[in-house]
Amino acid sequence: MEQGANYEGQPIHEPTGWWSRYVFSQDHKIIALQYITVALAIGLTGMFLSLMMRMQLGFPGLFESIDAGSYYQDVTMHGMIMVIYLLTALFLGGFGNYLIPLMLGSRDMAFPFVNMLSFWVYFLSVIILVSSFFVESGPTGAGWTLYPPQSILEGTPGGDGAGIILMLASLAVFIIAFTMGGLNYITTVLQSRAKGMTLMRMPLIIWCIFLATFLGLLAFPALLVGAIMLIFDRVLETSFFMPEIFKGGEVLDYGGGSPVLFQHLFWFFGHPEVYIIALPAFGIISELISCHARKNIFGYNMMVWALIAIAGIAFIVWAHHMYVAGMNPYLGFFFATTTLIIAIPTAIKVYNWVITLWDANIKMTVPMLYCLAFLITFLIGGLTGLFLGNVAVDVPLSDTYFVVGHFHMVMAVSPFLALYGGLYHWYPSVTGRMLDDTLGQIHFWITFVGTYLIYFPMHYIGFLGVPRRYYSNEQYDFIPQSVNDLNQFITICALIVGASQFILLYNFVVSLYKGKEAGPNPWGACTLEWQALESPPGHGNWGEKLPVVYRWPYDYGLPGATADFVPQNVPDEQIT
Amino acid sequence: MAFVIVATIIVIGTVLWNAVSPWWFTPLASNWGFLDTTIIISLWVCGVAFVAVSGFIIYCVLKFRYKEGHKAQYQPENTKLEVILTVVTTIGVVVLLAPGLIAWNMYIDLPDDALEVEGVGQQWVWTYRFPGEDGIYGNTNGRLFSSKNTFGIDPNDPNGQDDILIRSAEVHLPINEKVVFQLRSKDVLHDFYIPQFRAKMDLVPGQQSNLWFEPTLLGTYEVACAEYCGTGHYAMRGLITVDTREDFDAWLAEQPTFFETLNEGVEGNGKQIAQTLGCVACHSDDGVNGIGPTWKNTFGTERLLDTGETVVIDEAYIKESIVNPVAKIGSGYAPVMPAYATLSEEELDAITDYIKTLSD
Repeated sequence: MEQGANYEGQPIHEPTGWWSRYVFSQDHKIIALQYITVALAIGLTGMFLSLMMRMQLGFPGLFESIDAGSYYQDVTMHGMIMVIYLLTALFLGGFGNYLIPLMLGSRDMAFPFVNMLSFWVYFLSVIILVSSFFVESGPTGAGWTLYPPQSILEGTPGGDGAGIILMLASLAVFIIAFTMGGLNYITTVLQSRAKGMTLMRMPLIIWCIFLATFLGLLAFPALLVGAIMLIFDRVLETSFFMPEIFKGGEVLDYGGGSPVLFQHLFWFFGHPEVYIIALPAFGIISELISCHARKNIFGYNMMVWALIAIAGIAFIVWAHHMYVAGMNPYLGFFFATTTLIIAIPTAIKVYNWVITLWDANIKMTVPMLYCLAFLITFLIGGLTGLFLGNVAVDVPLSDTYFVVGHFHMVMAVSPFLALYGGLYHWYPSVTGRMLDDTLGQIHFWITFVGTYLIYFPMHYIGFLGVPRRYYSNEQYDFIPQSVNDLNQFITICALIVGASQFILLYNFVVSLYKGKEAGPNPWGACTLEWQALESPPGHGNWGEKLPVVYRWPYDYGLPGATADFVPQNVPDEQIT
Repeated sequence: MAFVIVATIIVIGTVLWNAVSPWWFTPLASNWGFLDTTIIISLWVCGVAFVAVSGFIIYCVLKFRYKEGHKAQYQPENTKLEVILTVVTTIGVVVLLAPGLIAWNMYIDLPDDALEVEGVGQQWVWTYRFPGEDGIYGNTNGRLFSSKNTFGIDPNDPNGQDDILIRSAEVHLPINEKVVFQLRSKDVLHDFYIPQFRAKMDLVPGQQSNLWFEPTLLGTYEVACAEYCGTGHYAMRGLITVDTREDFDAWLAEQPTFFETLNEGVEGNGKQIAQTLGCVACHSDDGVNGIGPTWKNTFGTERLLDTGETVVIDEAYIKESIVNPVAKIGSGYAPVMPAYATLSEEELDAITDYIKTLSD
C-alpha cells in the first residue's frame, strides 16, 4: 500500500535528549549506524581469529599458544562471527535499516520502537557470544556448523565449559533480534512506500533486502529449533540428535537420536542463509553499477523475477551440503538438480550487470572498482559452486580446501567487496562528506588482489585432496612440502590484507572531519535517499512534504533530458 | 586502465594456472576415474564461461570509459537477448549435470558380488571387520561397546563368532576386486576418505553408511578423516594396502576372529587394549610427541607439568592419568584426553606393563 497524503502533517516526534537521540534511538538511520558499528567491531574479532589460524597453517609452532584445541575454537568462532554476527547483521540491520525508509520515501520504519529493540537484542546476542571467550575452557570449538554429537560432548575443544551453551543461547537471542527487525523491514516495504512507488519501481536493493528478510524469517526458525533441541541434549540429556555413543571407555547415557537430523535443520537454515548474505550484496551491486556506469540497469523485470526465483529455490537445495553425510543417497539426484537450476537465475543476474556496462559511460570511482572486482570474484566463486553442487563432482572435493576456496570467494570476499563498495557509495549520504579517494584506491587494490591470491590457489590443493580443518599436515605423506610453502605465502597475503582493513577504518574516522563536502547528491544518483531536503537527511527524513515518485530508479541517460540522470521524484513535465 | 591490466592478468593467470599448477589430482588408484572426468568437464565449461564474461567486462571498461557530455545508450529491456542467454546457460547446466548424475548413479549403486568390509571410526583411530567364513556379520549394538568388545558385537550371535577383526589402522584389500565398505562410528562424525581412490563417505554414529570402489593399483594408501571430529581430527590417519589376492588371503588368515579375541587374556595384552581404546591416536610408540606425549622411553623419567611441578612417570602416575587425565597435565599439552574411569584394575595393569616395555 502506498503512503498517502494523509500521513503528511502528522507530528514527527523529534527525539528530546542525547540518550534518545544517539543511544536508545528510534530513528532508523541511527539504528543502522549502531548495527554497522557493532557488526564491524565483532567482525574485526572474526578477522583476528582467522589470522591466528593462518599463523598456525603458515608458520606451525611459531605461537605456542595456538594448540590444536584453540585452533579449532578459532575456526568455529571465526565462521559463526563472520556469517551471522557480521554479514547478516550488517547487510540487513545496517544497510536495510538505513536504506529501506530513505529509498522508499517513508519517514521511518513501520515500528520504530521494535526496531530499537531489535538492535539492543542483537547487541545482547553479541555480548553473550563474546562472553564465551572468557568462560572456563573458552568458546566452543565444535566447528561452525555445530554438528552433534561432537558439539555437546565433553572433550571437544571448549566442550567442558559453558562455551557451547553460550553459543546456542547467543544464536537464539540473535534470531529474536532478527525476527523483530525482519518483520519491520517487510511491513515497511509493503506499507510505507511513497506515493507512486509501486513494487516494480522499487530500487533493486530494496527488493533484495525484502526477499533476504523473507528468507531469514522462514529459515532462522529451523536453526532456533535445532539450537534449543541441542541445548536440551546437552543440559537435560535428551537424545534428539544423540545415538548410542562409546567414548572414554564407556557407553554414554544417550541413545536413539539422529545426528543427521540436526544437519538437515542446520542446512535448511544454512543454505538460505547464503542467500540472506548474497542477495543484499546483489542489491548493492545493482545500485552501484547502474549509477557509476551512468546507465540504466539492464532487464529490471528479469532481475526481479530472477531474485524471486533464487529466493524460492533457495529453500530446496539445502542437502547439497550433505551429499556424503550419510543421508539417503537417492536424495542426491534431487538436490543436485535443484542446485544447478538455481545457477540459471543467478547467471541471469550476472549477465544483466555486465550488459549494463555495454555502451555505458563508466566512471571509475572507488564504488565502481568494487563492483567490477565483485563481478570477477563472484564469477569464480559461483562457477566453482557448480562443481560442488553437482553431487558426483562433489565427492572428491567435499571437505577439502576446494570448499574453503569456493565459499570464501562466493560468501566472504564477494559480499565484502559489495559491502565496501556500498560503504564508499553511501558514506556521503550518512555523513555529508566524501571518503578519501586515494586511501580508498589503496584499500581496494590490496583487498581485491590480496584476497584473490589467498583463495584462488586453495582450489588446487583441494584437487590434490588436502582436507580442510587440519591443524597440521605433517601426518600425511600424500601432502607434499609445497603445500606448506603455499600456506606460508597465503598467510603473508592474509596478514597484508588484514592490516589493510585499518586503512578503511582510518579513512572512516579522518573523512568524518576532513572529508570533502559531499553536497546533496555527489554521485548524481536517481534514488530517493539522495533527494532529501537536508543532507544528511534529518529525523523524519523529508521535512514537511513526503516525496512523490514518478519513475523507476534507473533513469540514467534518459533520452531528451539534459542531465545524464533523472531522479525518481521528478515528473515528466519537469525534465529539462 | 589499472583495472583493465590487473583484471587481464588475473583472467589469463587463472586459465594458465590449470596448465602449470604444481598441485593437481593424486595418481588415480581406483575405478573412479569418471569422477576426474566430471571435474575436467566442469573445468572446461566453467572456464569458457569465466573467460567470456570477464573478457566482456574488461572490454566494456576499456571501451566505454566516462566521457564528459557523453550519454549511455538507454535500453531497459531486450527480451530476445535475455531469452538467448537463458537458453545458453540452461544448455551449459545440462552439460554439467548429466555426467554428474550418471556418475552419482554409479557411485551409489552397490555391487552385489563385492568383498564386504566394515569400517569403524572412533576418536581418532580406524578399525575394520570382515564377516568371516560365513559371509555374515554378527549383530552389533552400541550398548555393547566395551574395551574388550570394541566392535560392540553380540557375543551370543553365532554369525559373529567368525567375524575377523582388524584392530589396527592398517587394512589390506585385494587388487581389482570390488569392495563395499559399511561404515559406522562409535562416537562422533568421521569421514572415510582415500584421496587416490577419490572416494569419500561420512561415518555417522547410530547408523550405517556405504561406500564402494575397486582398487586398481598395488600399493599403500593413506586414509584421511575428512569430517571434523575433534582435537585429533588432523591426526586420524589410517592405511590401506592393496595386495594381490594371494597376499591378501595370507594376511587375512593371520587376523583374529571375534571368538578368539573374546578369549584373549588381559594380561600381556596392553598393546591391543591401547589400540582398541584409541590411545595410540595421540600417544605414539616411536618417540614422536603428538596430541599427547609419546610412550617411548618415558617410563621412569621426570615430566614437567603445566603447574610448573615435576612428576616421576611411574605406575601410579600412569594409572591416575588414564582414570583422571586432567589431574596432572604435562606442560605443553591441552587437557583434551577423555577419562577412562571404567577400566578394570587388570586392564590398567596391562596398559602400564605395555608402556614399561617401550622403555629400554
